Amino acid sequence: MITGQFAAMFAAMVIAATPLIYAALGELVVERAGVLNLGVEGMMLMGALTAFAVGSLTGSLALAYAAAALAGVMMALLFGVLTLTLQANQVATGLALTLFGIGLSAFLGRDFAGMPLHGIEPLRIPVLSKLPVVGPLLLHYDLAVYGSLLLYAVIAYVLPRTRAGLLLRAVGESPEIAHALGHPVQAVRYLAVLFGGATSGIAGAYLSTALTPMWVESMSAGRGWIALALVVFATWKPLRVLLGAYLFGGVTVLQLHAQGLGIHVPSELLSMLPYAATIVVLVLICRDPKTILLNQPASLGKPFHPDA
Amino acid sequence: MMKPLLRLERRAEPSRVMRLAAPLVAVLAMLLTGGLVFALLGQPPLHALELFFVEPLTSTYGIGELLLKATPLGLCALGLAIGFRANVWNIGAEGQFTLGAVCGGGVALFAADALGPLALPAMLLAGILGGMAWAAIPAYLRTRFNTSEILVSLMLVYIAQLLLSFLLHGSWRDPAGFNFPQSRAFDDRLLLPLLADGQRASVAVLFTLVLAALAWVFSSRLFAGYRMLVAGQAPAAAAYAGFSERGNVWLALLISGGAAGLAGICEVAGPIGRLQPTISPGYGFAAIIVAFVGRLHPVGVLLASLLMSLLYIGGETVQLELQLPAAITGMFQGALLFYLLAADLFVGFRLRRATT
Repeated sequence: MITGQFAAMFAAMVIAATPLIYAALGELVVERAGVLNLGVEGMMLMGALTAFAVGSLTGSLALAYAAAALAGVMMALLFGVLTLTLQANQVATGLALTLFGIGLSAFLGRDFAGMPLHGIEPLRIPVLSKLPVVGPLLLHYDLAVYGSLLLYAVIAYVLPRTRAGLLLRAVGESPEIAHALGHPVQAVRYLAVLFGGATSGIAGAYLSTALTPMWVESMSAGRGWIALALVVFATWKPLRVLLGAYLFGGVTVLQLHAQGLGIHVPSELLSMLPYAATIVVLVLICRDPKTILLNQPASLGKPFHPDA
Repeated sequence: MMKPLLRLERRAEPSRVMRLAAPLVAVLAMLLTGGLVFALLGQPPLHALELFFVEPLTSTYGIGELLLKATPLGLCALGLAIGFRANVWNIGAEGQFTLGAVCGGGVALFAADALGPLALPAMLLAGILGGMAWAAIPAYLRTRFNTSEILVSLMLVYIAQLLLSFLLHGSWRDPAGFNFPQSRAFDDRLLLPLLADGQRASVAVLFTLVLAALAWVFSSRLFAGYRMLVAGQAPAAAAYAGFSERGNVWLALLISGGAAGLAGICEVAGPIGRLQPTISPGYGFAAIIVAFVGRLHPVGVLLASLLMSLLYIGGETVQLELQLPAAITGMFQGALLFYLLAADLFVGFRLRRATT
């Protein structure tokens, strides 16, 4: 059954891309506000652990996702206080957030390590998912997958077309001018950072409840960093984040299905694919310095304090 | 609306006192947090803290372990600090460490007989070159294609670890090793001599001291070091003076990559004695924290590497004695860096009572 195998690979691609979409879209909003948060990996891990813990204790997937988003927000708040209020270096603080998240999640998650997640059914669209052809291909995913598309639609609308989106971009391009015009730069940046925390937490929740329903130390395996690379690859544009994430999902699936397709390469080499692909796409997109200069938010990573 | 009682005021000049006091404040805050965490876990905090931070220092063996773990941290962090001063963010020291171990270990496994007495120096050299080669990739891509060295060096960590695993599951596996994915043990003559009997630290400790001295000379006495400092603190001035950004990026990455590679080979030609899938408990990442806590200064980095080493050993001690998870170390590490970054606010700013 060729169609069967294709459908399986397509589904696997969509599922592998979903956590990347959440994390990268959130980081895109953060960076469009002029803040570089390298702590995505750490926030994802805390989200993954929280979702697993809450999911296995309460049996409720909705609670698990909500708790994971909250965990991501708490981590992001830490980052916000340090970089926005206390003016710490964003690169160093982001790295610290990742290292802290890895350590804290490993520490708190010791009782859950290796346990499978029981009794949680993925939420699916009723009735429609039973349709022939379209059903299995497009309509049988869990709700988080459609949530990621909804998130994309909202961001793709709000950023260019609303007053709030304009304010966010203004803060990212020139916080000094936005401040001089009386806009609350700090508040906008805080909200953006917390939003990025929530989506990273949800991305983590997807890992530990849907992609591989269990908790393992450092289970995000660099996906937070790949999400960061995706934002650059997408030149800070939401649609390209979406496409880039599916491209990466495809690479991951290629790695899983290579044996089935008759490609005999040792598994370790295949596992290198997503990381190598990240480097390759970064090179392709950054090759022309104008691409980055024209698209990167002008104040990205630069501290701004209204009192100083 | 209520006015805040305090407000931040930028200092005319960064405070030198606060620059040195900030790490101490951060360590104190970390100890307080640690005590709180121990208390929450139902342990008497003072006893647990004593087990964690004092107990390891009370024996010769303990001191040896302290130096043993401080060595890879110090080697990696000394190199990283040079780059961080120039705003070159190599965060892939863990990968360069792994490549150093792979290249040096390859010499030990396949060329040791041919090299005779030169085998050990050749291993060290191969380790340094391996680390440099791995760091050269982000350097080349950054200078040629403008890609972020942060992301590239980090991706290469995963690739390096998979490469090591690939070799150990394939042609480098010990045929007599019951199918474990590890190489055969290195001959005794291929291992670094120990500093003293009764402990495990090797002469790699001395390499760290030498590298610290070289790093000090480089950053405070050589023009190349000065150029990097200017590039880090005042990029516009560096560009105006015509200092080459490319040169800085290459230099920073080659130095830090070589140092991390040396750390890697010293680890497998030292306490480990063979190649195996896991050769580091995250030394390359912890070294980032060491570099910052050490204020990017060679002497500070040496002290910070001892502290970080103590965090690793303390984590193992409380695991053995109190059955607490060793992952507590990672949490301490992250918290330490947070407190430091927060305390750094007071280097550039002071608190003033708000006047209305």
